[in-house]
Amino acid sequence: MANFYTDNPDLRHHLNHPMMRKIVELKERNYTDAEKFDYAPLNYEDAMDNYERVLEVVGDLCGGIIAENAEGVDHQGASCADGRAFYADGTIKNLEVCRQAGLMGMAMPRRFGGLNFPITPYIMAADIVSRADTGFENLWGLQDCAETLYEFGNDDQRERFIPRVCAGDTMSMDLTEPDAGSDLQSVMLKATQKEDGSWVLNGVKRFITNGDSDIHLVLARSEEGTKDGRGLSMFIYDKRNGGVTVRRIENKMGIKGSPTCELVYKNAPAELCGSRRMGLIKYVMALMNGARLGIAAQSVGVSELAYREALAYAKDRRQFDKAIIEFPAVAEMIAVMKAKLDASRSLLYECARYVDLYKVYEDIARERQLTPEERKECKAYNRLADALTPMAKGMGSEYCNQNAYDCIQVHGGSGFMKDYACERIYRDARITSIYEGTTQLQVVAAIRHVTTGTYAQLMEQYAAEEVKPELQAVKDRIATLVEAYKAAVEKVTSVDNNAYADFMARRLVEMAGGIVMSYLLLSDANRCADFTKSLNVYVNLVAAEVARHTEFINSFDVASLDNYLA
Amino acid sequence: MSLNIIVLAKQVPDTRNVGKDAMKADGTINRAALPAIFNPEDLNALEQALRLKDANPGSTVTILTMGLPKAAEVIREAIYRGADTGIVLTDRALGGADTLATSYSLAQAVKKIGNYDIILGGRQAIDGDTAQVGPQIAEKLGLPQVTYAEEIVSLADGKVTVKRRLEHGIETVVAPLPCVVTVNGSAADCRPRNAKRLMKYKYAVSPSEKAALDETMQSFVDARPYLQLQEWGAAFVDADPEQIGFAGSPTKVKAVESVVFTAKESRRLDNDDAQIEELIKELIVNHTIG
Repeated sequence: MANFYTDNPDLRHHLNHPMMRKIVELKERNYTDAEKFDYAPLNYEDAMDNYERVLEVVGDLCGGIIAENAEGVDHQGASCADGRAFYADGTIKNLEVCRQAGLMGMAMPRRFGGLNFPITPYIMAADIVSRADTGFENLWGLQDCAETLYEFGNDDQRERFIPRVCAGDTMSMDLTEPDAGSDLQSVMLKATQKEDGSWVLNGVKRFITNGDSDIHLVLARSEEGTKDGRGLSMFIYDKRNGGVTVRRIENKMGIKGSPTCELVYKNAPAELCGSRRMGLIKYVMALMNGARLGIAAQSVGVSELAYREALAYAKDRRQFDKAIIEFPAVAEMIAVMKAKLDASRSLLYECARYVDLYKVYEDIARERQLTPEERKECKAYNRLADALTPMAKGMGSEYCNQNAYDCIQVHGGSGFMKDYACERIYRDARITSIYEGTTQLQVVAAIRHVTTGTYAQLMEQYAAEEVKPELQAVKDRIATLVEAYKAAVEKVTSVDNNAYADFMARRLVEMAGGIVMSYLLLSDANRCADFTKSLNVYVNLVAAEVARHTEFINSFDVASLDNYLA
Repeated sequence: MSLNIIVLAKQVPDTRNVGKDAMKADGTINRAALPAIFNPEDLNALEQALRLKDANPGSTVTILTMGLPKAAEVIREAIYRGADTGIVLTDRALGGADTLATSYSLAQAVKKIGNYDIILGGRQAIDGDTAQVGPQIAEKLGLPQVTYAEEIVSLADGKVTVKRRLEHGIETVVAPLPCVVTVNGSAADCRPRNAKRLMKYKYAVSPSEKAALDETMQSFVDARPYLQLQEWGAAFVDADPEQIGFAGSPTKVKAVESVVFTAKESRRLDNDDAQIEELIKELIVNHTIG
C-alpha cells in the first residue's frame, strides 16, 4: 500500500524549511511541556521527528484506507433522513481511523488533549488527506474551527469543547444563508437573549458543510434592528442540546462524501462566543482565514493527485508505438501540471509558516506581555499571512482546477469515462475555487497588498537572498518580471477610477502571485536541485502571463470599460 | 474484570510482494529485498486483544515475540496501537528453530510470564505459513485452543465465546479460560498507530537497544519504566537446550529452490468457443487446471 507522506519527498522538503526552527521553538516555549506531558518533545530535533512520525501515520492511513474508500464514498455519498445527515460507510470508517490515530485537534494545546502541532505540519496533513479523498478533507479539516474557539472562547468554553474535538467530535461553521452567501453582512439567523441571560437561535442556514456536526460555530444576528455586519455575533451550538435539524442536503457535483446541509434552528439553545457584535468583523474573519488556508491545502492535495494520475497514465498509455508522454504536447502538459503543483505547494507552506509565526506570538501574548520587538514581528508576520492567504487559496484552487482539467485531457477519451479516477478529481476540484470565498473574492482580499506594497516588499526580500551560481540567470529573469509588475501597478493605480481598478485587480494579483511563487521555487531549487525543472517551467509560464497582462493593461483604453460592464 | 492478555507476534519478511530478487542464489531469503514487517494476522490478533482491553478496563496486553533483537520493532509497533508492553525472546541458541522448537520456547516464556487469562496470536506467519505454532503452544501448556477465530464475541465468567471462520461457514464455540486463540486474517483490521502513543513510546527500547544509546538517552529511559521493554534469553525461561534451536528441530530443510515462471511456448487461438473448449479440455487432461 502506498504511503502518501513517504512517497512524496517534496513534503519532507517543505517540512524541513529553515524557518521551522523558530516556529517550533516559539510554539513549544523552549520545550517546557516535556515536564508535564509524556508525549511532548524534548528539543527541536525531537519535535521534528514527532511531526515526521505522525505524518507518516497520516500518509499510511491516506494511502491505504482513505484513498481506497474514496471511490465508494463518491458513489454512495452522504444522505439525509429524519432531520439528520448521514455519512457514507467509507466516511464513517475514515473518521473512525482518524479518531483512533489521534489525528483530531492536531494543532490544539496539549492541556486540551491536542498534539500542539504548529499549523505547518497540520496543513501538511490536510494536503495529504485531500490527495486521498478531497471531500473527506472537509470533514476532517473542520477541526480547525477549534482554533477559533480557542482564540475567542472563554476558559470554560475551551475546557468544555476543545477536548471533545481532540477526542473526535466534528465541527461545522454555520455562516451562509439563502440570502447571505458571499455577502455575510446580510445574515438573518436570529439570536434572542432570554431573561436568564441564555441565548436561543431561530432561522435557516444553507450550504453548511458537515452541518450535522457535534459542535457548531454559528453566525447570528444578536442585535435586533441592525442590518449590517456590526449586528452579528458568534455562537456555539452543541448538538447534544438539540434544536437544529437538517432539512435537506444538497445534491452536489463533487465532494459527495461531505454533507452540505440546510439547517433549521428552532429555539436552539446556544452560547455566545467572545463579545457581542464582533461575530463577523473579527471572529468569522479569523475563522475564514484559517478555512482559506485549509482550502489552499485541499487544492494542493487535489493537484498532486491529478498530476500523479496523469503522469501514470501518460507513461502507461501507448499510441503510435510509444508511451504518450514521449510526445512533446503531452509532456508539456505534465511538466506544467507539476510546475503549478510545486508552485502552489511552496506558496501554501510559506503562508502556513507566516500564519504559524504570528499566531504563536498572539498565543504567547495570552501568557505574558510581548516585548516591543516581538510585537513588531507579530504584526509583520500577520500582514504577510494576510497577504499570502488569499493568494494561496485563490491561485492554488485555480491551479488545482487546471490540473484536474489537464488530467482528463491526458487520459483522452478514457478520461471522459467513469472508469478512471480523473473524472472524480475533476468534479471534486471544482468547488475549491468557489467556497470559503470565490477566486474573485480572494482577489478583493489580495488587491490591497498590491496597492500597499506588501507583495513588492516580499519580492524585494526574496531578491535579497543569495542563490547558487547556476540559478543566477533565472533569478535575474524573475527580477525583470518584478519590474514589469511594478510598472503595471503604477499604470493601474495612476487612473482614478474604481471600476477600472476593480476590473484590473485580478491581473495584478495574478502577476504578483506568479512572481512570488517563482521566487519561492527559486528558493526551493536553491535548497534542493529536484525543483530546478519546475522552477524553469514555471518561470517560463509566469513570464508569458506577465507579458500578456502587461499588454492588456498597456493597451487598454479606460473608456472601453463600458464594453465589459453591465 | 481486568485481564492479562498475551499476544504472540512475529516479525516476518514481507512476502506479499515478492520480486525475483527475493531469494539469493544459495536459496536463502534476501532480507534486504524484503522489509521486516509485523506479521499481518498477528495484527488481527492484536486488535482482538485491544478490544478485550477496551471492554475490560485495567487489562494489560503484553506482546511476546521470538526472533532477533530487532524484533523489538514489532513490540513498539504494537504499543503505538495500544498494547502495554512486550518481551523479546532472543538468544543465539534459539536460532534455526522449526515450529516444534519455536512453540516449546514460546511456551516456556509464557510459563515465565505466569499470570495470564488468554493468549492470542495470528493464525499463521506469512514466511513459514504452517499455522502450527499457536496450536502447539496450547498443547505444550495443556490449554484449550480455538483456531481460525474471526471475532471474540464475549468473555465472561471464565469463558470466552469465539466465532470461527471455517471453509464453508461460521462456527461459534465456547472455551474455558485460560486458552489459546489463533486469529484469521478475515477478522477486523487492527486499529492504526495513535499519534500520542507514537510520540510517548518512540524511545521504548529493549536492554540491547538501550546499550546502543548515548548516556543522556539511557538515563532518560531509566527514569521512565514504561519505555523499558524486556529481553529474555533461553536460560531465563528455563528452556532445555535439547529442545530449542537447531538441536530441538526435527524438521530439516533438504533444499530450497527458486522457482521462476517462464513462458516456454505460446499458442494463438481464434476467438471462438470451439477452440477455447478444446484448450480447456487439454489443460484438464494434462492436469494444468482442474
